[in-house]
Amino acid sequence: MSPVTARSARHTLPRRGSSLALGLLGVLLLACLAALAHTTWAQRQAARQPHLSAAMVQALRLTDLALFTEARYTRHLSQADTFSAFQDGPVALEHLPAGSLVMPNRTFPPSGFADAGSLR
Amino acid sequence: MLELTQVTKLYHEGQPNQVAAVSEVDLCLQMGAVTVLEGPSGSGKTSLLTLIGCLARPTSGRVALHGEALSGLPEQHLAQVRRSTFGFAFQRFNLITGLSVRDNVMLPAYPLGLPYAELVARADDVMAQLNIGHRAAFKVELLSGGEMQRTAIARALINNPAIVIADEPTANLDAALTTQFLDIVASLKASGKTIVMSSHDPRITRAQVVDRVVTMADGHIVSAA
Amino acid sequence: MQHWFNRQRYLIDYTVAAMARQRGKNLGLWLIYTTLIFVLASVILLGSALRREAAQVFQGSPDVVAQGLRMGRHEMSHAANIEKLQALRGAPRVEGRLWGYLYDTSSGANYTLQVPSPHEPQYALADGEAIIGEGVARLRKVNVGRSIYLVSPAGPFLNLKVKAILPEATALVSSDLVLVSDADFRRFFQLGADEFTDIAVFVRNPKEVTKVAEKVTIALRQHRVITKADVLRTYEAVFSWREGLLLALLSGAVLAFGILAFDKASGLSAQEKRDIGILKAIGWDTGDIVRMKLWEAMLVSLTAFLAGFALAYAHVFFFSAPLLEAVLKGWSTLYPRVALTPSIDGVQIATLGLLTVLPYLAAIVVPVWRSASADPDAVMR
Repeated sequence: MSPVTARSARHTLPRRGSSLALGLLGVLLLACLAALAHTTWAQRQAARQPHLSAAMVQALRLTDLALFTEARYTRHLSQADTFSAFQDGPVALEHLPAGSLVMPNRTFPPSGFADAGSLR
Repeated sequence: MLELTQVTKLYHEGQPNQVAAVSEVDLCLQMGAVTVLEGPSGSGKTSLLTLIGCLARPTSGRVALHGEALSGLPEQHLAQVRRSTFGFAFQRFNLITGLSVRDNVMLPAYPLGLPYAELVARADDVMAQLNIGHRAAFKVELLSGGEMQRTAIARALINNPAIVIADEPTANLDAALTTQFLDIVASLKASGKTIVMSSHDPRITRAQVVDRVVTMADGHIVSAA
Repeated sequence: MQHWFNRQRYLIDYTVAAMARQRGKNLGLWLIYTTLIFVLASVILLGSALRREAAQVFQGSPDVVAQGLRMGRHEMSHAANIEKLQALRGAPRVEGRLWGYLYDTSSGANYTLQVPSPHEPQYALADGEAIIGEGVARLRKVNVGRSIYLVSPAGPFLNLKVKAILPEATALVSSDLVLVSDADFRRFFQLGADEFTDIAVFVRNPKEVTKVAEKVTIALRQHRVITKADVLRTYEAVFSWREGLLLALLSGAVLAFGILAFDKASGLSAQEKRDIGILKAIGWDTGDIVRMKLWEAMLVSLTAFLAGFALAYAHVFFFSAPLLEAVLKGWSTLYPRVALTPSIDGVQIATLGLLTVLPYLAAIVVPVWRSASADPDAVMR
């Protein structure tokens, strides 16, 4: 094909489905790569700044996140005792939404021996 | 030369409804000629065409092109032969609905991996030759019967095959379109192509452009004038 | 190479044109697929960010907390217990902690009242003063310098002047906190001078925490011991389990989608079979047919996965996961405003990809094999 024909053919070439599909795929790949790059950047930024929450945890001797303030055993997951989860009775059914999402603390049952981690 | 030797094709082999569509056929097709297979419905014309065009393998016998056996080739090689040597225009056109005329015409050339501009130019040339270039962007289901037929033929010609096979090409066409079709056959013959058709239309079997008529009945060749 | 690339592009051209024949149905399927990935990825991303945050902030928690128990219920500790622990070797700092819950009837929220450590001057409070979390300030609509009233169920009430509001950046650990002076706390909850909620122990050498914990349990028989490792494990377990629950809840949706996708792909329609026969008849080989279907499956599943993931990332880390907030909040009235540092658990995301992309690929490609391998004539009949 001559260059002139090729040029005019390019101008009138019909659109291709593969251009759309591969273009979409490319855009989405870029978006995901941008997400990865953003994660790296954000973590680096966070590492540079003083971690206010960590400092506060140390200063105030905190042990739990303030995420689930529905009940005491959901608010202080790591500190919750055996009783509070069954406060309405020994076979009490869970009635709190967060309670249904949260497992009893893994340090149960308490023991008189060292290293609660070895008791499970 | 395309040669068929003692070719038999059984459908539903080994089952109670087994049928011999083609039975011990010997046929020799000359290159550059126009051959028509004629006979009533069920005589085996379409089955023989599918064997010639390597769309099916014979149950027994041999199909050879220039001495090389085709029937025993592995599928990948057979596909390559189908692509490069044969162009098939089906009775019911068998166009891919939902695709445009141009897309349908270009389909056989996709596996060749040609540059897009080149392939589009090729398709446009073939469509222009068959006078359907103005419908290039139309979906095939919007075409008339004659336009569909010309699209099917254009698709069969896109890879510049040496052998063009057409199954009942004028079954759904009127007299004017049949004449148009015969003109296309004449120009293909003039360009050196071999044409094999099946038809029970006397306008085809008695056409001047036809070199040979092979009569079939019950899967056998009755006469080969 | 160019030839191969061109060939693949043509296969994609055909695939896109073929899918466009049922535009609405295929778009609907893609949207469902994307939404499913979006929800699952949101849960995974939120969980991994919270897990990372917890792992970082609780490095500063007390090494050991000794909590009094009677009949399995929490019981207050006493100053005498603190003295016993102060005698232990390896425990340079032992402090009684004072903290408790207050249900505020006016706002319907639970607060955590706490007395700061006397060793932290930045949190020093006089009687009648309080430092409150951002969630409390938001709920009670108070600013620094304004007063906040707290009423105890037993009767006493506190009229506190807000000295400071804890930074929003610390909301994840402090949103519901109300810090008050020792005297105010004891008066409010009617506690004796020698009572404490529990005892915090700080260990000099991290390798000796287990030993010290052992000594604490021997020294205080009626107490249970919670180490920092337990705290970290709790949060590692909670958010994994929580995600597991949400994933379990969504498994119904996943199964429904699986059925939909399999129904669509497992049996070829008459049209698809016919089309494959035609393609073979005009010169496509088995490999071309299978590759074409593979492209179809990959384009749908990969674009859905990437779109779902990208949207989930934006949802969690730019918009603070509003769609998941309702689930996480439950019946909590007070919920912290949290901007999490992005964290991607690569293993979980990769697993999500494998669990969603591979089955779809198989569901699309496997059924086509038979038709793709057969003679064109047989397929078209």
